[in-house]
Parts: sequence; C-alpha cells; structure tokens
Amino acid sequence: MSTPLSIGRRGFLKTGALLTGGLVIGFTVPLAKRVQAQGEPGKLPSPNAFLRIGADGSILVLLAHVEMGQGIWTTLPMLIAEELDADWSKVKAEHAPAAPTYFHTAFGIQITGGSTTTHSEFDRYRQVGAMARALLVEAAAKKFGVKPEDCKTENGQVISGSNKASYGELAEAAAKLPKPEKVTLKDPKDWKLIGKGKKRLDSPEKVNGTAKFGIDVQLPDMLTAVVARPPGFGGKVKSFDATAAKAVPGVREVVQVPSGVAVLADHFWAAKLGREALKIDWDPGPNAGLDSKKLRQEFRKLAGTDGATAVKAGDVVKELENGAKTIDAEYFLPYLAHSPMEPLNCTVRITPEKCEIWAGTQLQTVDQGHAARITGMKPEQVDIHTTFLGGGFGRRATATSDFISEAVEVAKASGKTVKVVWTREDDVRGGYYRPAFLHHAKIALDEDGHPKAWKHVLVGQSIAAGTPFEPMMIKDGVDATSVEGVSDSPYMKDVPNHRVDLHSPKTGVPVLWWRSVGHSHTAFVMESLIDELAHAAGKDPVEYRRMLLKDHPRHLAALNLAAEKAEWDKPPKEGVSRGVAVHESFGSFVAQVAEVSVSKEGELKVHRVVCAIDCGLAVNPDGVKAQMESGIIFALTAVKYGQITFEDGKVKQRNFHDYPILRMHEAPLIEAHIVQSTEKMGGAGECGVPPLAPAVGNAIFAATGKRVRELPLRPDELKHA
Amino acid sequence: MITLTVNRKEHAVEADPATPLLWVLRDMLHLTGTKYGCGMAQCGACTVHLDGEAIRSCVTPVSRAEGKQVTTIEGLSPDGTHPLQLAWIEDDVPQCGYCQSGQIMSAAVLLREKSDPSDEDIDLAMSGNICRCGTYQRIRCAIHRAAKMNGGAK
Repeated sequence: MSTPLSIGRRGFLKTGALLTGGLVIGFTVPLAKRVQAQGEPGKLPSPNAFLRIGADGSILVLLAHVEMGQGIWTTLPMLIAEELDADWSKVKAEHAPAAPTYFHTAFGIQITGGSTTTHSEFDRYRQVGAMARALLVEAAAKKFGVKPEDCKTENGQVISGSNKASYGELAEAAAKLPKPEKVTLKDPKDWKLIGKGKKRLDSPEKVNGTAKFGIDVQLPDMLTAVVARPPGFGGKVKSFDATAAKAVPGVREVVQVPSGVAVLADHFWAAKLGREALKIDWDPGPNAGLDSKKLRQEFRKLAGTDGATAVKAGDVVKELENGAKTIDAEYFLPYLAHSPMEPLNCTVRITPEKCEIWAGTQLQTVDQGHAARITGMKPEQVDIHTTFLGGGFGRRATATSDFISEAVEVAKASGKTVKVVWTREDDVRGGYYRPAFLHHAKIALDEDGHPKAWKHVLVGQSIAAGTPFEPMMIKDGVDATSVEGVSDSPYMKDVPNHRVDLHSPKTGVPVLWWRSVGHSHTAFVMESLIDELAHAAGKDPVEYRRMLLKDHPRHLAALNLAAEKAEWDKPPKEGVSRGVAVHESFGSFVAQVAEVSVSKEGELKVHRVVCAIDCGLAVNPDGVKAQMESGIIFALTAVKYGQITFEDGKVKQRNFHDYPILRMHEAPLIEAHIVQSTEKMGGAGECGVPPLAPAVGNAIFAATGKRVRELPLRPDELKHA
Repeated sequence: MITLTVNRKEHAVEADPATPLLWVLRDMLHLTGTKYGCGMAQCGACTVHLDGEAIRSCVTPVSRAEGKQVTTIEGLSPDGTHPLQLAWIEDDVPQCGYCQSGQIMSAAVLLREKSDPSDEDIDLAMSGNICRCGTYQRIRCAIHRAAKMNGGAK
C-alpha cells in the first residue's frame, strides 16, 4: 500500500554506498590487498577499513564490534579521535560489514562478546587514528612547504605557524600518500578524551525514533514472516494444513523450514494471525518428558558422585573430616532467558549473486558460514548489514546462528525477501538459556577460620559441547565457562586441600552464554559461601574477605573502595541490612555492597547498591558506570524473578507477565565508583552482574538470618518475625 | 479504509479494524520509532499518545484511533528538542535504546500532568515501561532535568 522506501532503507543504503567508496571522498589509502589479516604482531591495521574522512571534514569510524547498549559506538571512535586530534563534533560511527578485516584481535572471528571490545581494540583503533594523523600532517607539510615536524594538529586541523588546513581539505592529498610503516601513539599524559569521556554518539537517534534496529528494516517487496516452532525442544513437523492460514487477508505464502512452518505476509499482524490459523501435527521429539523437578533430582544425584576434575590440591577427603567447623551446602540456580527488549528478527534477500542479511548480531563470521552453507554460496557472498541491537546479553551470538539461519531458510524456501520476526513468546520459549546449575560444596575451616579443605561439585550443561567452540573451551571434559569463578577463584587457589569437579549432563535444552556466562552462577555461590564461612568464623564479612584476599590486590582495591563509599565501618541505617560481595570476571574486579530490607511477609526491597570496579584504565568512565548500573539491574531481575521451567516437555513461561523484568519502582539507587588503576584493562559490560546476587543474598541473611541458597527468591521462605 | 491522523498528518490505511495500532504505524506507515516488545501491554515499548493520553499501541485496535490524534516519538517535537529528548542525551540515558521511545512518550504525559514530579510520581508513571538495560536511574534523573528545563521544578 505505501512505498516501502522508508527512512530505514535510506539508512541502510548509505552503508552499502560507503562500503563501495561511493559516498565519501578522500582518504582511501591504497592497499596491497583490500582484506588483510589482523592481529599479526607488528603489523599495522588498515586505516581504510576503519576510518573515512570526507572532504567536508566528516569523520566516519567503522566499528568492528556491534553496539548493543554497552557504548562502543562512542568508545571506539574516542580511540581514533584521540590520536587523530579530530573535531569530535564531526565524528560519526557505523557498523562495519562482515569481513576478515574486522576479526576480533584475540578470537580470530568477527564477534562482540566477552566484555572485550574496548581492551581488544585499544591499540588497533588508536593506531588507525595515529596513522591517519601522520598522513594528514604529511599532506599539510607539503602544502605549506614545511617539515612535518613543524606541524601540530588540533581539533581537526593541521597547523604550522600561520598556516592552517582542515582535515577535510587535506583528505584527498593524504589518501594518495603511502601508508606509514610505523606510528607513535600519544603519551597518556597528553590524552584529551581517553579517561575523560564523551557523551554517547548514539543518543540523538535513540531519542527521536530514527535509530534503526533489525526489526525496523524495510526493503522493497519484503514480506514479514513468523514461524511456528515445535512446542518442545527437538520437536519436528509431522504434517500441517495451511488452508486456513492462507485464507487470512495479507498472508502470501506458507513454507516449511527445518525449524517449523513459516507464514509470510504483507505485515507482521497478518503473519501472526496466519500462524494462529495453522494446523500442525507435531512429533514432540526426544525431549517430550522434559521436567524441571526431575532435572533437579538428576542434578542432585550427580552432585553426589565424582565428575571431571577441573582443579585439585592436597587431600580434600581427609582434611574435610578434621576441620574445626564444616559447612555442607547445596546451591541451585535456574535456567534464564536473555529477553532482549527487541525480539529476535532477521531480514534476508537472496539473489543469484549474493545473500544479504540485515540483523542485529554479535557473531557475523559464524552467521556468514551458516548462510553460505544453506544457500550453497561462499561466505564472502554473504553480506551482513549489522543494525543496532535492541539488547544482546549473549542471545544474539549462537553457534547455530539460530535466528539468522532460520530466516535464510525461509527466504530460500519461499524465494522471497523476508523479515522473520519472533514474538515475545517465541523469544521466551525459544531456548538458548543460561544453563541451570546445582553446586554442592563441603568446606572445613581451621581454628583461625581459614578454609583448609574445600570440595566443590558443579552440575550443569556445557555451553560449548557440540558446538565449534568445543575444542577451544572444553579441556579434559571440563567446559571452562562452567567452572569459571570457582576453579580459578582466589579463595580456592589459597585453600591447601581443594577439588572442583564438574558434571555436564545433556538435557536437550539449548543453552548459551548469558551476560557474565559462568560467573552468573559461580559468583553467587562462591560469595555466598564466603559469607557463610565468615559467619561460621564469627568474623565481619568485609574483614573476613580482606583476610582471605590479602595477596589479591585488585580484589582488595575494589572491595575497599566499595566498603569505604558504603561506609561499612559505620552501622547501617535503622531497618536496613547490608551484604557485600567481590568477584573477578572478564579481567575486571567488582565489589558491591547492597543495602536491603525484607518485610515480615518476605518482600525484598533493595535500597542502594554501592559498586566499585577496577577495570584498569577506564576509557570512557561514565560508560563504565552505566554498565555497572545496567549489570546490577540485570542481575537483580534474576535474583527476584528469573526462572525458566519445564513441564511435560514444554517451557512454562511465555511473556513478561510470567517472566518479569525489574521495573522502575523496584530499581535501587546505584552508586558506581571506579578504582584509579593502571593495571591491565578488563571489561565492563558483564562485570557488574556477578557480585549483585551474592551481595543481596548476604544482605538478606543479615536482615533475616535466612541463607539464600537458591534463586530466584521465594518470598514465602523469607517471612520472618 | 481507516483514516488516521498521525503526527498531525492524515493517512488512509487499508487495515482490518482489529489490527493493533502498533502494526499499522510500523508496517504500513513505516513509523518504526514505536517498538514492539511484548504484544500484551506489559513492557510499554509501543507507547504512543492518543489524543494526548499514553496508550499501549500493541493492544489498541486501529479502529479506536480513527478520528483521533495519534502522536508517536517521531512527532513528539519537530526537531528532537523536546526537553525530555535533550535531557535524555544530557544524562546519557539510552543504552541499547530499544525501549526509549516508549519511555519518553510515557514521561511526556507525566510531565504534562505534573510539571515537577516527585520520585514517587515517576515510579508510578514509569513502572509500565521495562528497560532491560536497566537505565531506570538515568531515566529518573533525565525526567527531573527536563522538568527543570521546563521551569517546572523549584
């Protein structure tokens, strides 16, 4: 009815034009090969791939990583602008296409994850800025008839005495110069942006409705599809009748794909009505009996047996028997959905020459591989136009590229340009959850309250098993992401007799990394156990941690800053109880103090969370604080509400009414502080999540005397006099 | 044909009267600033104004909008300079940004009703809007800031 050439399409076309060099003049450094391998030591990146300077002085930074809220749309451009001495008001960012040039400097594929973007790109993006600056200076020196050493750069200009030239004026000449062999990066004392910060570059378009997410993509002759998927994991279509579906006005086509039956229509609503009208006979598949209660019993049974050993030292069996005090505790955490606000979606157009994909994705290289396999094309024939991600949290990075592969299948089966949109129910029930984990710990304390023996068994599905990540992530039967935060815990290392075992049962539930991955359960268990030990030893929780962490300065720095800012040394306000936790994840060290009250009816109120992070250099400090705020709210949702459960082979939860997300009135005041640190850089996006659950659980113990060993909270069990 | 006035512009759309306003806005008028989050009035991502009142367009049949004024995020201000939009930028509110159209549309009605809202007023008005990135603290600050810009706060 109306023209599909909407704002969205123009936005995406701009990307295409840029990639072929059609829009921006200047600054195209000649390269031996357009696509060059990255991450080789000593080899400088290609500035052409990461930066375009227009004749109008515009600075466009191409992002090898994707923006899903974590702020790299601003932080990566800051790195280039710092070295370039760019005029910040002219800086814009855009997602890079999918190509080997943009491979992660450590992981060797194009991926956004592991809270790695800023530190993994810290050198590369600064080098690009420095190279561009050197070329612009050289071009200016020629123009002015002076030596490059006699030129300085400032706010998008090269200046030498009374001579001045803008980067825009110099871009074309600079583009013709050979790429410098090496560059010198600024001395940190000269930084103007790094460590000081900038406002987010993506805010203006995110407050006026023009920011384009995958779900906003509109292409000519595009249909919108929803897919009927099996009611349980591993189910299959036996047969289906699409007569009624096809009779829904607006429905154009119904096709079967490996994941189910797709209804293609003029718009989402017709497709959804069409799906409701489908009659499908399902083969429930091998997981028809999936049941959360049974799973938990099986997990518990396994926890009583030896598993694959992740780490061990001393004689844990003997020493457990002669402690001054012992603790024997079982902890349990459920399956969790990521629930990004933007439901999963993907748009695909297949032509004889290529397969084009528009999606918010964290894992372009893998997506390209799957699309190539499905279409019979080569990976380089798969173009990925990465949009903004309406939240990722790990869900938009699956080894199967599930939501992208499916859309390619729908486009292939129908021969149509198609946008596949998931409903919220599809998302909640669609699997790829944070795996449920049961931990069983037996700990013996010596006379001084130090743990002298610690046996820890974890039971939970492996994220890597059966994926191409398996060889990298699983060693001797231990998926590193299952035990991270336990086996490498600073506490565990210092216990003379310890053993950490892992069982990785197969359940048929698709599982995935969920913001902070293994740390999302291990920090809760470890930091709650440490609180149990402190209590058993009769020591203050902060003092006890200081004692155990005396040789771990970064843990201590975060812990001490959080304790100081929360005024731990003074009694809490009347009616408020406090809990503390400190945890290392993704190279950063985060401590949190939670201030809570629990009503007699068992209702939790978190009043304030004081947070301290040592992430080394914080390139954009307010961005780091925003990630702490974000991680804390994300984690508190899991503490209060998060659980996916199964009954009769089906997921019980459906939408936000039974998979609730924390709301404004439940959000605590958050004070985030950054440890002034020159230590190795770590991450931020995930690191605020792990300490929150134990800090809150420990505060609940302080308030009620009831130890929280299972999440989400059950107010019934927190009732107190 | 259903006739709608969206952002002061009249549109005639061929849609079943029961079609939710959200999908008419997004898929027929290509006003994609209004977002789909849940389809059952749980998350507020689809919030628009119908004759000035905040409604969840995902559960509002388009027939209810006939002959009324619909305002979406695209029409909140002619040039993105509504005090809430400016305050949102100043406080670095958005993260992924997906829910923010709905947040701002809910906040706009709050500010019109209460020029200087308290934290409790904000809790009440905004608790229907979910933000998975957890930007609530900054939303609260930005609403207070916008109130000040309006001269509402003392």
